[in-house]
Amino acid sequence: MADLEELYREIILDHYRSPRNRGELPVPPAHRVEGFNPLCGDEVVVTLIVNDDTVSDIKIGGTGCSISQASASLMSSAVKGKPVDEVRGLIHTFKSMMSVHQSTLGDADEDGRQIEPGPEDPELVDSDALGELAALQGVVKFPVRIKCATLSWNALSQGLDELS
Amino acid sequence: MDMTDGAMTVDDVEVASGYLDVEKLRRDFPILAERVHDRRIVYLDSAATSLTPRPVIDAISKYYETTHANVHRGVYATAEEATRLYEEARIKVGRFIGATRPGEEVVFTKNATEALNLIASSWGHANLKENDVVVLTEMEHHSNIVPWIMLSEELGIELRYVPIDGSGRLDLSNFDEFCDGAKLVCVSAMSNVLGTINPITEMSKVAHDHGALVVVDGAQSVPHLPVDIQELGADFLAFSGHKMMGPTGIGVLWANATILEAMPPFLGGGGMILDVKPEKFLPADPPDRFEAGTPPIAEAVGLAAAVDYLQSIGMGQIRSHERSLTAFALESIGEKLGDDCRIFGPPAGDDRGGVMSFSYRDVHAHDIAQVLDQYGVCVRPGHHCAKPLMRKLGVAATARASIALYNSEDDINVLIEGLVEAGRLFANA
Ligand SMILES: Cc1ncc(COP(=O)(O)O)c(C=O)c1O
Repeated sequence: MADLEELYREIILDHYRSPRNRGELPVPPAHRVEGFNPLCGDEVVVTLIVNDDTVSDIKIGGTGCSISQASASLMSSAVKGKPVDEVRGLIHTFKSMMSVHQSTLGDADEDGRQIEPGPEDPELVDSDALGELAALQGVVKFPVRIKCATLSWNALSQGLDELS
Repeated sequence: MDMTDGAMTVDDVEVASGYLDVEKLRRDFPILAERVHDRRIVYLDSAATSLTPRPVIDAISKYYETTHANVHRGVYATAEEATRLYEEARIKVGRFIGATRPGEEVVFTKNATEALNLIASSWGHANLKENDVVVLTEMEHHSNIVPWIMLSEELGIELRYVPIDGSGRLDLSNFDEFCDGAKLVCVSAMSNVLGTINPITEMSKVAHDHGALVVVDGAQSVPHLPVDIQELGADFLAFSGHKMMGPTGIGVLWANATILEAMPPFLGGGGMILDVKPEKFLPADPPDRFEAGTPPIAEAVGLAAAVDYLQSIGMGQIRSHERSLTAFALESIGEKLGDDCRIFGPPAGDDRGGVMSFSYRDVHAHDIAQVLDQYGVCVRPGHHCAKPLMRKLGVAATARASIALYNSEDDINVLIEGLVEAGRLFANA
């Protein structure tokens, strides 16, 4: 079951069992975005506060599988307290990581949408920048799970767009 | 467990236990010879789509190799032969469900969903107006909900949902009141989530007493139970070819001839007209009226072969096999996994088909399905296109194992083995 262990790395199971930044921030001042995965009924609720171009607080609500929950938890830890520009860069790097092995889709995301060229070369997924998030790399081997992993990221990205 | 209720015929695919001879039948399904993750395929997703037996694949290939031509048009020999095959398929499918006038009453569609949309769009527009009541149930598939919601948004009709009880059956205690003033009752003969087999015959009687017509969603029942529309008392029956060992791309709408005769066309185009002038057209008689454009010809040929295949085994025998295997599955899961595994739907019995939705501890259905995949087990995680039902059950998703004539006790044992591994992997999750 080598593949399974690659998918369900210890960090992922840890974030699934004890999700970070769990809950919802009061709206206002927070901004609220919902994401749905119609395939499996997963729902994510991202509430975030942006102050001085920085994601000063973020919380994650909703229900979902281990991959969507762990990815949301890892995301919240990675972006909390980071400047919006850096967060956008991270979103891009993460989404590129989630698409690198989908050769048939080329430079497209899991919905077949073109990924906008980001601040860095999309060919070079810098796993240093990703830190713990690199643990989710195993997901690309399981194409149907990519949507689970990107659910919260798409919601965050939408939230930032709505705020800017 | 009662395994003696299968009719003990001389049928050579039936073995003494009431089970079919699965080893023999499995050889008819080429996909089952494939391997995934170096294991044999344990296919438990027949409620989503069934596997295709060799005779169906061969019938389709043979059609393309020897007979392919458009129907109802050419006068040359091949075109006539294609038309004959297509119309023969209609008759065969109609007889399979007990239609008395199959040549007029069977409409080929793209799938069950399109058949249900055809009813809502054509019959609905001609017969429903503001405040008219359409009765649905809480266990319907989105295909038998969304077309009615669309119609209610457009026409202002009222939708009433018959609730389910704690056992996953319809709560019919107030059904009489639900039907009061109703024009139409739409119900699935077998739930694609709970496996519940609904008492359609009794429901039709009540509906008819109130002057309502009855739409039966037979997507899950026609492939797995003997179905006779006269006995059901249905006015409409919709089902899909691909869930009954036929090809994708073809579905069936059966409706009583008098009702079809009075219905306006659904889609417009070639094949559905008698005459066309620049400003108006004269629609053809049913079933052509509802089959605009080139129909699924090869698919109809394949579906006819699927009906032959099912009938060669016998729907009674198939039901008996699946009933025994469902009882075995429910019992062994209960025995080996205990309260960790919650199975939705009624206990094994006459009103329980081979669809089993379950949750395992609090492991998400998606994760269960992922672990099972490593064992070659194909199950479906998700809401199964029945979100209102999921909300009622209080779950976002379930994992669903569904059986067919090619499944055996071995398959269930591998399923359980995989579930135990999922439990280990996600322990304390
Ligand atoms: C009960 C029920 N109704 C309708 C459908 C729709 O079938 P199809 O997708 O083939 O149109 C399905 C299958 O998914 C079903 O299980």
